[in-house]
Amino acid sequence: MIRPMNVMLVGVGGQGIILASEVLCHALLGAGWQVKKSEVHGMAQRGGSVRTDVRFGTEVHAPLISVGAADILVAFEQLEALRYVHFLRPQGLVLLSTERITPVTVLTGPYPYPADVPARLDNLGVQAQVINAPELAARAGNPRTAGIALVGALSKHLPVPAPKWGKAITGLVPERYREVNLDAFRRGRRVGAPALAT
Amino acid sequence: MVSDSKQRTELLSGNEAIARGAYEAGVKVAAAYPGTPSTEILERLTSYEDIHAQWSPNEKVALDVAFGAALGGVRALAAMKHVGLNVAADSLFTIAYTGATAGLVIVTADDPGMHSSQNEQDNRHYARAAKVPMLEPADSQEAKDFVIEAFRMSEEFDTPVLLRTTTRISHGKSPVRLGKPRPASPARFERDARKYVMIPGHARLRHVAVEERLERLRQLSNTTPLNRIEMGSPDLGIVAGGVAYQYAREAQPDASFLKLGMSHPLPDDLIREFASRVKRLFVIEELDPFLQEQIAALGIEVCGKPASMRLGELDARLVAAALGEESAPAQPLADLPARPPVLCPGCPHSGVFYVLRKLKAVVAGDIGCYTLSVLPPLEAMDTCICMGAAVGNAEGLERAFAVAGDERPVVGTLGDSTFVHSGIAPLIDIVYNRGTTTIVILDNRTTAMTGRQDHPATGRTARGEQTRELDLGAMCRACGVDDVATVDPYDLEALEGALRRAIAAPHPCVVITRRECVLLRRGEERAPARVVEEECIGCGLCLTLGCPALSAEPGGPRGRPRAVVTREMCAGCGLCAQICRHEAIVLEQT
Repeated sequence: MIRPMNVMLVGVGGQGIILASEVLCHALLGAGWQVKKSEVHGMAQRGGSVRTDVRFGTEVHAPLISVGAADILVAFEQLEALRYVHFLRPQGLVLLSTERITPVTVLTGPYPYPADVPARLDNLGVQAQVINAPELAARAGNPRTAGIALVGALSKHLPVPAPKWGKAITGLVPERYREVNLDAFRRGRRVGAPALAT
Repeated sequence: MVSDSKQRTELLSGNEAIARGAYEAGVKVAAAYPGTPSTEILERLTSYEDIHAQWSPNEKVALDVAFGAALGGVRALAAMKHVGLNVAADSLFTIAYTGATAGLVIVTADDPGMHSSQNEQDNRHYARAAKVPMLEPADSQEAKDFVIEAFRMSEEFDTPVLLRTTTRISHGKSPVRLGKPRPASPARFERDARKYVMIPGHARLRHVAVEERLERLRQLSNTTPLNRIEMGSPDLGIVAGGVAYQYAREAQPDASFLKLGMSHPLPDDLIREFASRVKRLFVIEELDPFLQEQIAALGIEVCGKPASMRLGELDARLVAAALGEESAPAQPLADLPARPPVLCPGCPHSGVFYVLRKLKAVVAGDIGCYTLSVLPPLEAMDTCICMGAAVGNAEGLERAFAVAGDERPVVGTLGDSTFVHSGIAPLIDIVYNRGTTTIVILDNRTTAMTGRQDHPATGRTARGEQTRELDLGAMCRACGVDDVATVDPYDLEALEGALRRAIAAPHPCVVITRRECVLLRRGEERAPARVVEEECIGCGLCLTLGCPALSAEPGGPRGRPRAVVTREMCAGCGLCAQICRHEAIVLEQT
């Protein structure tokens, strides 16, 4: 059995992680992989820290990614990248959005928002690619497509034929938002680096 | 992807798969009360035209309706979260005696790790206590298949069947092969008082039938393909079911497995056989040592996880650790600010708890989004136990304070849906026992926390059809509360006035704070708030509202920070503008 590949998407409730992970799963299924996804609904979604685990391969059992086992961590928000970075395996990759959302504990408490997250990841010896997802989304014409732009960047790192992504987006997004999402995806895909050797 | 050319495959959550299974099993009636992680089962069931799928006021009503339907001759399903089964347990323990005419399946969705729950009780104990069979799927495909099998079993053995999921099964997605719905043929209800009217003389006879049935179910458990041995290396044998099986398979791909799809009654002969074929026998299970203790009671030498792993969820690494594998996992970074869930910008609850804190009230809380008011900066809630508890808790607190001479005001707070669920009987209790308690019904016109489901007081059914709306004010007056006030929680002055008056009144009062959940008003244009920079003195009072759209940035007077409104997030509720004592926050003109 080939070891399953683990992609963890993290961010803040309301950032569109559920749609992004649906697109990811449908593209992977379209490419013929076995897929399992796990996420949490309910209380955590009220602007809290959220995480979705996607695992795929020829055979997948556990729905959750263990600490130190994620191949790719897609961070929709910078602080959340630091919160989940211990899930990354050695030589794993972080796709890091430039988005920063200040939590209530920083607004009203003594805690500072961490300065220079990319440098901090670098100090930890973690390979990170910074993606200006909000700008890509704005250029596509809708700030809410930032998550799909990140999926575009992610797509360069995954064994899925290009047409499967478009098909997944088309199948999941209502028609009036389809073009803008496809555009955001293409913009993300253009800035995503080519696949790493694993 | 393996796929039969005639069968369509879909990526489904466990909850969606359960709904699909119910559809394929020919279910005609389904009832539920929303509760994470079970909510999507009923939501999905409303998409099937020929199933009557309904929200009920609470889980007990849902189960009573489902049982009635099964008694009436059609297959029926009730779904609830783990704590919902506590509410429905009274019915469960006796319908376990009666059985029904057609199949009855009860889904209990447990929440190890308490992602969205007030406790992490292990509902496998209910199957044992009520003497009914329990099935536990390990992925979405099994979730669908096991529902169909559960209905077959329910009818063959004349018993309700519990189907237990956990969060990772309910909300995990994996591919499911779709099947065809079974042609439904209703059975006829036959009067049988000795079977369905549980007076003691009848129930004594039914208890005999229950014990006999349990013995036949034990034999089934030993032979059903739901419980299967997967031989690998004989050095290590693992007994596991549900999601724990998946973690164990991942952690020990070479071990032998006894995979349990039916966890009550246990397949004792199969366990003995499996134990004899492996050198070491391990049980991997989340929460309580439910399997481990019963296997040990069979006189079989068995190891389980350490007691510390009775808490929370497992994953593959934790299972490896339980099996003695050394590992030094990476630790999370220690110095990060937490990001707890928060009340939304424009949440109608924020102002209520802002005022209650200002009044220094002791607040008996309840289950819903508003429980988040316990977190900083509001920190305005003192209890949260279970659905509807706020009302009775507040009454009890007030009686104790009267004895103790404690002058602090007491207020019970609960949501509209929660009040209908189980707040009415304790309100009657306050009136009946001559109490003077003040209750606030936070009426945001929906069941918000679980994803905005309708309930009797919204005037819409689960399918969105118009229906007779339960009038909450009239309900309270019918309970005997003469002093019922309805206020807009966006009007802080009116809100504070109503609360002060209610607290001081020498009789029971209900204050209904009525304003639609902000998530139901998406797209509504309201003028956003703006900080008038020259007026802001940087006092930070507005930040104590806990609105995510408000923050502080450097540049205020005397080195203080200055308030800032994040325009894109602001819902235009105007609460911050009302709180500000320096007229430094204004609503923009549209």
